[in-house]
Amino acid sequence: MSSKAAILADIRKNKPEDRPLPSLPPDPSESATDDWEVAFREVLAASKTTFVAPSELADYIRGAGYDTIASNVPEFDGNLDLGTIADPLQLAGVDLAILPARVGVAENGAMWVSETEAVHRILPFITQHLILLLDRQDLVGTMHEAYRKIRVNDTGFGVFIAGPSKTADIEQSLVIGAHGPRSLVVCLRD
Amino acid sequence: MSHAKRAATFLLDESRTDWHDQSLWQVRSKRDGSIAGIPEWEALRQLGSDIKDNVLSNLDTYLEQFEENARANGIVVHWAKDAAEHNAIVHGILEKHGVDRIVKSKSMLTEECHLNEYLTEQSVEVVDTDLGERIIQLKKEPPSHIVMPAIHLKKEEIGQLFHEQLGTDEGASDPQYLTEAARQHLREKFLAAKAAVTGVNFALADTGGIVVCTNEGNADMGVHLAPVQIHCMGIEKVIPKAEHLGVFTRLLGRSATGQPITIYTSHHHKPKPGGEMHVVIVDNGRTRQLGREDFRNSLKCIRCGACMNTCPIYRRSGGHSYDHTIPGPIGSILSPGIDLKKHGDLAFASTLCGSCSDVCPVKIDIHDQLYKWRQVVSQEGHLDTSKRLPLLGAGTALRSNGLYNFMGKAARVALNLAPRAAIYNRFNAWGKSRELPESPKESFKEWYDRQEKHNA
Repeated sequence: MSSKAAILADIRKNKPEDRPLPSLPPDPSESATDDWEVAFREVLAASKTTFVAPSELADYIRGAGYDTIASNVPEFDGNLDLGTIADPLQLAGVDLAILPARVGVAENGAMWVSETEAVHRILPFITQHLILLLDRQDLVGTMHEAYRKIRVNDTGFGVFIAGPSKTADIEQSLVIGAHGPRSLVVCLRD
Repeated sequence: MSHAKRAATFLLDESRTDWHDQSLWQVRSKRDGSIAGIPEWEALRQLGSDIKDNVLSNLDTYLEQFEENARANGIVVHWAKDAAEHNAIVHGILEKHGVDRIVKSKSMLTEECHLNEYLTEQSVEVVDTDLGERIIQLKKEPPSHIVMPAIHLKKEEIGQLFHEQLGTDEGASDPQYLTEAARQHLREKFLAAKAAVTGVNFALADTGGIVVCTNEGNADMGVHLAPVQIHCMGIEKVIPKAEHLGVFTRLLGRSATGQPITIYTSHHHKPKPGGEMHVVIVDNGRTRQLGREDFRNSLKCIRCGACMNTCPIYRRSGGHSYDHTIPGPIGSILSPGIDLKKHGDLAFASTLCGSCSDVCPVKIDIHDQLYKWRQVVSQEGHLDTSKRLPLLGAGTALRSNGLYNFMGKAARVALNLAPRAAIYNRFNAWGKSRELPESPKESFKEWYDRQEKHNA
């Protein structure tokens, strides 16, 4: 018997009686949306994320003085053509990536970035700094609504990002910039 | 060696014990603060528990559905009955591609299967990339916690370790500095790796994808750079639909570290262009646990570690005292099912206070199961003599009214008359590190009878 057949046979022999699948909470009412941006900003600030207004974006980027910039947003042109990258290792030198995010979640600050937005799966992780642009209208309240709004298998890879890379593995001390971006900046646009 | 003996060794350093206790209590407090923001928290726990109940009762269907959808996505799916088969499958994939170095993100399953040791014997270099895991790998120790593997180490010890192994400045112990050193060291490993191995937090039956949660981004750095990605999962990790992630992502981060969600929640559905993606589905004793009616609920665990952070025994005995891949309360109900003789004493590493069950995000009845394992240990004859004999005596006394009354009186008299050495000696664990309370002059029963007569 194959291992698959053996495992499935053991499960059938040992599994408990059928238990029903519960239904999930419905979407909240429209009136709740007012506080979403406030909550979204608060929770992201707590995870050391900063915000920049769309009108100040270009100045902010120029002021930060990054050398290699990869962009997938119309607001700002980078100096690295993502279309020419064949091997993800070629992205090892990226200082800043500017990418669109599809959905933002008010309760935890998570933003959905799929392969479509990231162009290369590794880009939002390997870049030293990350800027995400999100439309205000794409804010939702909780993860339940977020998963209704996206289809996780539309692309081969997608990630919820809720801050810059971090660790607290040394004596519970928070350190930003573990392996991924050392900073995350969010730009909310109308 | 028993848990109690290993705990006693841990407790020799009193200030370190207090520090460990407080570090974990701080994480528990963060969890409390973070769930306060969700008024429907209890309903959410119930949902998580109900979904997992449905999963366990349809596990075969969901796994087959997962496999079918994953294959359609271009993922290679493997099945392993036990640890040895799992390790051989992973090694086989590496061998096929001529890979002799891999990067690995946190996976309790691969710890359970001792994959690192196995691959090292086959001349494959394994680099753990979660900072905590890299620290204990360099220190040649097992993890002491499933979420914070190096929680038992002080920054000065890590500083010394990094000085010796990574060439950081001698005496440097600033976490920021040490993390930066590890970042540079591991970035080289990421860029050079030809294969990446990760664990799996959730596998989605309806879409055939897997979800991996990290804060550091180490799993993604490995997976997206290496041409071959391998994800290892226990059979119980499958959930019915992607929409159920809404429930589990809300529960996991808050329960684990008090974060509203992990920084990265990565959804992998297809291999990268030109790459290969494998998923290894592992049983290794789980189907046996599924057949144990009293203990099958332990398979609902989402590995948040909340039960460890809250446990008064774990906090004061350290993860290594459990001598099992998964320590703490959840480990103590999983491990006796694997080896009752070796791990049976872990069922007694608890005060049965029930705090573990209270914080469990999927409502596993952990302390009830600990109590039930104690009975199994006793029935199977694995009870330690220091417990068996007193329990035998207590059983006899509690069965007889007269004997119980006599023993109570005798004990009260004896405790008052006996020399200290008769009570505070190595045979009486209750006299260790504590003074027994002064024994009352009469029993409650005697007092009650006296009151009744007085009032009559």
